[in-house]
Amino acid sequence: MNTDNKILSVKNVVKHFDISGGFLDQVRFKNGRICLEKITVKAVNDVSLSIKKGETLSVVGESGCGKSTLARVIMGLYPPNSGEVYYGGKRIDNLSHDKMLPFRKKMQMIFQDPYASLNPRKTVQQTLEEPLRFHHPEFSSNQINDKIEQVMEQVGVDQAWIRRYPHEFSGGQRQRISIARGLILDPEFIVADEPVSALDVSIQAQILNLLMKAGRERDLTYLFITHDLSVVRHISTRVVVMYLGTVCELAKAEDLFSNPRHPYTKALLSAIPVVGEKRAKQIKLKGEVPTPVNLPTGCVFHARCFYADERCSVEVPGLATLDNGTCVACHAVEENRIPA
Amino acid sequence: MSHLLEIHDLEVKFALRFGDITAIDGVSFALDKGERLGIVGESGAGKSVTGFSIINLISKPGYISKGNIRFEGNKISSYSDEQMRKIRGNRISMIFQDPMMTLNPVFTVGFQMIETIQAHRKISKAGAKKIALEKLKKVHIPSPEQRLGQYPHELSGGMRQRIIIAISLLTDPAIIIADEPTTALDVTIQAEIMDLLQELCESDNMALILITHDLGVVSQVTEKIAVMYAGKIIEYGSTDQVVKHPVHPYTEGLIKSIPGTVIKPGEDLVQIPGMMPTLTNIPPGCAFNPRCYLKEAICTQKTPELKEVGNGILAACHMK
Repeated sequence: MNTDNKILSVKNVVKHFDISGGFLDQVRFKNGRICLEKITVKAVNDVSLSIKKGETLSVVGESGCGKSTLARVIMGLYPPNSGEVYYGGKRIDNLSHDKMLPFRKKMQMIFQDPYASLNPRKTVQQTLEEPLRFHHPEFSSNQINDKIEQVMEQVGVDQAWIRRYPHEFSGGQRQRISIARGLILDPEFIVADEPVSALDVSIQAQILNLLMKAGRERDLTYLFITHDLSVVRHISTRVVVMYLGTVCELAKAEDLFSNPRHPYTKALLSAIPVVGEKRAKQIKLKGEVPTPVNLPTGCVFHARCFYADERCSVEVPGLATLDNGTCVACHAVEENRIPA
Repeated sequence: MSHLLEIHDLEVKFALRFGDITAIDGVSFALDKGERLGIVGESGAGKSVTGFSIINLISKPGYISKGNIRFEGNKISSYSDEQMRKIRGNRISMIFQDPMMTLNPVFTVGFQMIETIQAHRKISKAGAKKIALEKLKKVHIPSPEQRLGQYPHELSGGMRQRIIIAISLLTDPAIIIADEPTTALDVTIQAEIMDLLQELCESDNMALILITHDLGVVSQVTEKIAVMYAGKIIEYGSTDQVVKHPVHPYTEGLIKSIPGTVIKPGEDLVQIPGMMPTLTNIPPGCAFNPRCYLKEAICTQKTPELKEVGNGILAACHMK
């Protein structure tokens, strides 16, 4: 496995969720016979990507496209149905709980809702010291307090508030505390799942600045999950666009925004409202996102795509690399059927 | 000339155990026929309360303590519940944020639409159904006949929001108040819903009050904008002018803090320090003064009035 500057890579990951329920829920009556039927949500289908050290890779897509599921599979919160996750060259998706521990220290997650992700019955101090006591039992109380003090200063939470409970803080401050919790073990890799979408605009800017600053100072690698494309443009090195559990396009941020290739990316970008500009012509997609329970055959996007032909409805397009390094999964791009 | 809707010096208070708090403090604005106004601000700025107070949806412990609201020349702020019912949902409709919550899950779409029409007009069921179909077509819902028989859970979020818009159109209102109509939706759906609202306002000469925290959405759909902070309008003017040349330091900060407006990717965003005060704890003078970079002594002593500052913009700032 090539490890030069890749911190994490994901290979052919598939994650399906069984939602068919108990035995009686599965019973169906079909063609005069009683049979059992399972219903699965195909959240992530054959996704491969790798993250380079020090970069910010953003995953964008609409709700239900599998971006959060992918993040959780990477973090080991969900076991994948098939496929592999490598961290620094070591396969981590099949490790036992004990063997996984050293990796958990290096990978941390920041969640969307700062109201739900902090334990309401723990003070800031208790929240921040728990990971330290667990992963570094050798630390003395003084060492722990120093560490907490240092992290709190970095995220901009007043140290006088260390004995307060989460309900005493505003949303922005709670998000700062959950970032502090993510940073306290000096991780190398942080997965941030919609860290600013629950916050007001002026607070959102503060948190984004904080994340970028922490990234620079600590040489962090981020996997940033979000649906907000203006945030993505601002912070990312590279961007992955997902649709219905598959990757449509993977490109450098500036390339993606200046020259989107996949028809879905084009439509998505044309829908962002820009402050101070009347809307440019929005590319209107046909129909709605199909359910991940019954995936379309061929390219998952073909039913809504303007450039789809027969091949698209039969054959699943693979990710192909173009000359500028952009990877696109689209037959039309490959065959040069899309006018520039 | 009288305006379609005129709000003068509106004050809304909430009576709490420890005393009254002022959610809206002296808000005045006017809306003409066919005009589209955006009210923006962060959570707790009072933008939704302003919207609710127009059709008297403020529930206890809230109450309108001062000011008046005139609609088509009538003072609707002193209407009884019964009089108000003839206006609310009929002449002035409201669209709410969450399309999953606003439709009743146990009735079909058709039932809910027909019920709304019959509540405001003496009309047969068949006649009401005809209007319902016509409005569903207007919001570009595919196969409208079939939708009438469906329940809300059978429809996607974007489709539900279209149906809610269709319901709000049933009685041909003069004003639609849309409170964060697309916050719960994905960006592609959001763009479609916003286009639809704009198109409907233009074709039917309907006025729109769009309440949102998203300056991008406001700048694309509305003609006028009112920026609220801690219960007051702090800047008001044509959307183009305000977004391109904001006067109030808060508006300026708000616009600059959005990624992609003035700051290049990767650089630090301009951030407004601190956060909006809670309504129980509004600082004396200008409510924005602790966060303001232009602050001087007068800002902590005197509350600035909304005044003309050129370009047709009104702003409440001592320094401008």
